[in-house]
Amino acid sequence: MDLLMLFITAVFVQNYVLYYFLGICPFLGVSKKIDSAVSMGLAVTFVMTITAVVSWIINHWILIPYRLDYLQIVAFILVIASLVQLVEMFIRKISPPLYQALGIYLPLITTNCAIMGLALLAALKNFSFIQTVIYGVGSGLGFTLAIVLMAGIREQLDLADVPKPLKGAGIALIVAGIMALAFTGFSGMIT
Amino acid sequence: MIDIFLPVITMAALGLLFSVGLVFAYQKLRVEEDPRIVDVAESLPQANCGACGYSGCRAFAEAVAGGHAPASGCPVGGNETAQRIAQILGLEAEAVIKKVARLHCRGDREAARERGAYLGLTTCYAAGLVGGNKQCSYGCMGYGDCVRVCLFDALDMGEDGLPHVREDKCTACGKCVDACPRNLFELHPLEQEILVFCRSLDRGPTAKKACKNACIGCGICARACPEAIEMRDNLAYIRDYKKIAPEQIPAIEKCPTGSIGRIHKEDEG
Repeated sequence: MDLLMLFITAVFVQNYVLYYFLGICPFLGVSKKIDSAVSMGLAVTFVMTITAVVSWIINHWILIPYRLDYLQIVAFILVIASLVQLVEMFIRKISPPLYQALGIYLPLITTNCAIMGLALLAALKNFSFIQTVIYGVGSGLGFTLAIVLMAGIREQLDLADVPKPLKGAGIALIVAGIMALAFTGFSGMIT
Repeated sequence: MIDIFLPVITMAALGLLFSVGLVFAYQKLRVEEDPRIVDVAESLPQANCGACGYSGCRAFAEAVAGGHAPASGCPVGGNETAQRIAQILGLEAEAVIKKVARLHCRGDREAARERGAYLGLTTCYAAGLVGGNKQCSYGCMGYGDCVRVCLFDALDMGEDGLPHVREDKCTACGKCVDACPRNLFELHPLEQEILVFCRSLDRGPTAKKACKNACIGCGICARACPEAIEMRDNLAYIRDYKKIAPEQIPAIEKCPTGSIGRIHKEDEG
């Protein structure tokens, strides 16, 4: 039951994009089409899950036993950078059009603060291994949910009569703000 | 001592572990890329100006290697680049005709009469919204929107109130063509000597009153060289400059207002 709560918290209540406001760059950059938003969300979910697992192993088997906790940030960056490289190679091999569509945002997952934030927060909260995995998957799915919702709204926005000064990034940020307000409604789910 | 070595060794070991993992993954997941794309991209000017119609030099290189764009498609690089690209791809490059931007107006301060004092924003776009500063509503307003957009320092505003093109610096990127609210710029081959220096569609007397150098639509040039020059709406157009024979040039230059003629006659004199 605790694990389920943890999962729901990660997806809805403490959503990385709409609660912590981390990972805004791809959230605005790749949310123009639902297709590429789904792919981006899945890529981030994959990186988040594996990062959570690997960083837990490194943290609990290497850093904490040797009292090297202060190396957390450096070590986690190493994990994230390698994983993103792996994902990039994988996507390039599997689907060149998807590689084109994700463009610069794919290597930029490396510098996505949501993933770094996940690794650090999981370490900070002293999660067990299972909890970390659930938390990683949940956070990734939360990111996917947010970016796909955003893409859906923006596809409709293309047809709407947006005032000229607000076109593009302006209206996208306003929509993101309203979505964040809406998501605070979930905070009543956990007490 | 151990306090320093332990973290160093730990990080080095972790780095090694991940890099070995990536090397193995790379062997499995490597994608063969067309090596010609890299070669072509390297021989481009890297200005990423978009004059070729693609989003940047890299995109153009991919299009060329894929056979979707001609080797001579980069107007900035010119002939030299085209030859190099052709060499890489093993093609015969069609020679690039160097083009430059030309201003189709000779309504300088002396020739064109002013309509009144314009005191608004000093951009052509703003002045054009209220009809401009000159009686001629087709001519150059001289506020230099074109000069400001030129990335190659090829335009400067002359004393006469008209922008002048430096042929050696102009790359025919077309930014000034888009910037001019009156569409007075056009890209022409450098070798084209004869040009029409007016865009006025006013009838003769009106045009003449507004500007001494305006085309009055008399048609002398079109009669001198009917194969290449035609009259439409009180203005001469050059359809195909290659059909103008050298012996026809003196007859064309009989233009009473000098609105058609050789581009360099004035500059050299």
